[in-house]
Formats: sequence, C-alpha cells, structure tokens
Amino acid sequence: MLHIINKSPLDRPSLDTVLQTAASGAILLIEDGVYAATCGNAVEARLKNAMGTLKVYALGPDLDARGVADRVTEGVTVVGYDGFVDLVAEHKTSQSWL
Amino acid sequence: MSTIKKFLFVNRKAPYGTVYALESLEVVLIGAAFEQDVSLAFMDDGVYQLKKGHQTKGIGMKGFEKTYGALEDYDVTKLYVDQESMAARGLTPDDLCVPVEMMPRADMGKLMEEQDVVLSF
Repeated sequence: MLHIINKSPLDRPSLDTVLQTAASGAILLIEDGVYAATCGNAVEARLKNAMGTLKVYALGPDLDARGVADRVTEGVTVVGYDGFVDLVAEHKTSQSWL
Repeated sequence: MSTIKKFLFVNRKAPYGTVYALESLEVVLIGAAFEQDVSLAFMDDGVYQLKKGHQTKGIGMKGFEKTYGALEDYDVTKLYVDQESMAARGLTPDDLCVPVEMMPRADMGKLMEEQDVVLSF
C-alpha cells in the first residue's frame, strides 16, 4: 500500500500513526508532510528506522516551495508529480492520511 | 486622538499547507499601516515560515518569503523566534530569511503577557 501523508510530523500524528501501522509498502510525503524528510527534524531517526521495511518518497515541488530541498534526509527518494502518478499506479491501493 | 496598542501576532503554522501564514501577514501589515506597536512571534511549525529559499513555482502558489523582508519598511522589526521549535526542526538562525531574536519558550510567555492584543494564527 502507498501511504500518502500531507501533515507536518510535529503538528499532527499522521506520520507516527503510519509508522506504527504499516508493515510494508511505501510512504509518500507531500505538502507539509515533506518536513518529515528533512535533516535535523525530531522525527528523522524514526523515519530512518522505518526505511528497512518501507520505501520513503517526498514530493519535490513541495520541498522546493518550503525551501528545504537542500536538506532531504538520506535514503528518501524525491519525485515529481509524474512520479506521484507512477507510485499510485504501481501500488494496488493507496491511502491518504488526511 | 489615536491610541497605540501593543499587538503580538503568534504564528504557529507552516507556510503553504494552510492559509494561516499568509493571512497573518495581511493583518500584520494592516496593524503596521495603523501605526500600532507590532511584534511577531514564531513558534512550533510557524518557524518554517521564515526558512529561506522558498521556490513556489512548482506548486502553483504565490510565494511570500519576500514579504518578511519587507516588514522592516513598515517599521515591523520585532520578530521573535522560539528556540525550542527551531531545535526540534534542525534549524538555526542562518537558515532564516530575516534577522530575528531567538527566545527561550519561557520568555515567549512573558512577551505575551506584555501585550494589549494577541492574535494567534
């Protein structure tokens, strides 16, 4: 399953809930969710831990808009809107954690 | 006769994901236009508003980073940033687009107590 997260990890618990729920698949961070993929964020270690079982993607245009494209955590794959579409198509199901 | 009041705008939301940051700036500029004593506080995800290097073309939204730089022209120079919020996000003052005063959270509380009006965004 593709888990799509659009909330900042320090504002809402969406990321932690996904990390505790999802056993496999991928996470796509979009909108304010992309802050989870930045170096030095308090959730960095938790996100890195999850990378053993989950693939982590972040939407490039949202990183650019927030001025954080130059501090993406190692292991996170940055995709564009076309990559967003590919990820949705590749996974049998996707869930937006609104 | 006009009365000058102390206004504090407390910004706690990241930019672009919601409209709060932009709306706060609008009201800040109105307060400045009425020559009020305006201060801005940035806490929690609000500190992300000041992260420099916004490139919003890709999301099709108007960037407003430049507005923070223009606040000085409206005599809005009192910008206070919560130290703990910066640390939790891996940010330092060098990452910000404008000069600010870093402040421990306890002092933020005192700053709020000194105000006539506090507006939270």
